[in-house]
Amino acid sequence: MLSNEQVRHIAWLARLGVTDAEVERFRDDLSIVLEHFHALGEVNTDHVPAAAHASRLQNVFREDVPQPSLPFDEVLANAPSTQDSCLRVPPILE
Amino acid sequence: MAGDQLHQLRLHEARRLLESHELSARDLTEACLARLDSVEPYVKAMISVCAEEALQQASAADRMRAAGKAKPLTGIPFIAKDLLCTRGVRTTCGSRMLENFVPPHNATVIDRLLEQGSVLIGKTNMDEFAMGSSTEHSAFYPSCNPWNLDCVPGGSSGGSAAGLAAGEALFALGTDTGGSIRQPASFCGVVGMKPTYGRVSRYGAVAFASSLDQIGPLTRDIQDCAVVMNVIAGQCEKDSTSAPIEVPDYTAFLGRGVQGLRIGVPQEYFVEGLQPDVRRTIEDAIHELENMGATIRRDISLPSTKYALAAYYIIAPSEASANLARFDGVRYGFSRQLATTEESVLATRGEGFGAEVKRRIMLGTHALSSGYYDAYYVKALKVRHIIREEFRQAFEQCDLLAMPTSPTVAFPIGSKIHDLMQMYLSDILTIPANIAGIPALSLPCGFAHGLPVGLQLMASSFREDLLLQVGHAFQQASEWHLKQPLL
Repeated sequence: MLSNEQVRHIAWLARLGVTDAEVERFRDDLSIVLEHFHALGEVNTDHVPAAAHASRLQNVFREDVPQPSLPFDEVLANAPSTQDSCLRVPPILE
Repeated sequence: MAGDQLHQLRLHEARRLLESHELSARDLTEACLARLDSVEPYVKAMISVCAEEALQQASAADRMRAAGKAKPLTGIPFIAKDLLCTRGVRTTCGSRMLENFVPPHNATVIDRLLEQGSVLIGKTNMDEFAMGSSTEHSAFYPSCNPWNLDCVPGGSSGGSAAGLAAGEALFALGTDTGGSIRQPASFCGVVGMKPTYGRVSRYGAVAFASSLDQIGPLTRDIQDCAVVMNVIAGQCEKDSTSAPIEVPDYTAFLGRGVQGLRIGVPQEYFVEGLQPDVRRTIEDAIHELENMGATIRRDISLPSTKYALAAYYIIAPSEASANLARFDGVRYGFSRQLATTEESVLATRGEGFGAEVKRRIMLGTHALSSGYYDAYYVKALKVRHIIREEFRQAFEQCDLLAMPTSPTVAFPIGSKIHDLMQMYLSDILTIPANIAGIPALSLPCGFAHGLPVGLQLMASSFREDLLLQVGHAFQQASEWHLKQPLL
């Protein structure tokens, strides 16, 4: 069972703003799902490699050839706030 | 054929009529749009409809044909899940986070279809960021099952399945991370294929879990599925995980029958919770395949199947937590701009994501966090290896596997939304194919409780040809795929 404190910590790691009501709700929900993960403890995985993917490909390379990319104005058209073809963000340094 | 029935055509039937000039792409598109207008208030399969653009594309398709440049999908109307980027057409991913996002580019699959002269009718409803099994996690509204409007169409590609079954287009595109094409196809009585991981380019699909996601077709029959696969399959330089393996002509495998093929029926897929009427329908279908000359092997075992669900709910959320980190309100999407970056990001993500997406991001973040990484994430990857090996060994003893697509038929709207594990269990029979990266297909094989049942077929990597061959043989001997809902 997760504590409210743990849920707040996870939400912070994920940079998710959560309300107090959500903390309670997610504590219960996540605890139920985590409980089911314990079943994996039954599986003997000694000497078993970890399979991060099911692809047969490894390290795909290509020639680094310059190509035209999408126009600036089209890419920035979805941005919430821009200035001089740049994305505007709050200051991160005093 | 009467104009008010054109929307019911199978793709290959429409193609024949278009080729013989008995039908124009314009008339066919108008028929689909008219059908959409009359049924959409009940089915709610769509998030965006592009009627004007569709009519322009249809006229262009007719000109293409007149110029002698027609291709197999020229003039065929389709709908696409709203996580496939469409240039100039809003792509929401079923989320407030992307409610107003208009992509500057097309997904590779969209490009390939539009180059053929296919007609994009619109973008379909889905569970937010493809996380769900019913479309009830759409930020906008749930879609309804055309066979029973009180039931869900399945998910997450529920809008694609419901829209196709309702006659709003002749085929649809979906994505499948844990069953999101096959389960809704099963619930709505259509064919749905999850191709092998790497068979279809994922470029332009909003990422959920990158090692599991695949794009695939939903169609009215197997022949249509083969025709669409011929167009969308194949390597693409913009997706380095797309495989450099030649694409066969999938229609060439149709009509070969099942004689001599060994079909395994693993008992681990006939689980507790499998509805008795669904089991009976699946057994009948397997019996039919046996009558047609296939060898049924009931001694095939995949003992670690029961661990696939837990492994999936560690791996998929872990990858999602990384993929969805990009939604920070700076470059695109929903944005809450406050005094500091920290406050802005927290508010943007807190308000932009729905509850299920937040749950999965938090599950993944927890599984990847210091102190839990080995116990959860690495353990799940090791279990994944074991599951993959079991499939490899199974396919040394048989050519395909047959089992139900879902343990139940479509369930009533609202019946599982408050029970997290019940909803997650809806994908228990489809998840293993994603874990192993192998291709799998769902095709209609009967009804239970008045709702469609899907037979699932799995094969080893890049053997989509076998799935289509067997599926086609089954449809030659049955008429389940010809049934249409009364709407």
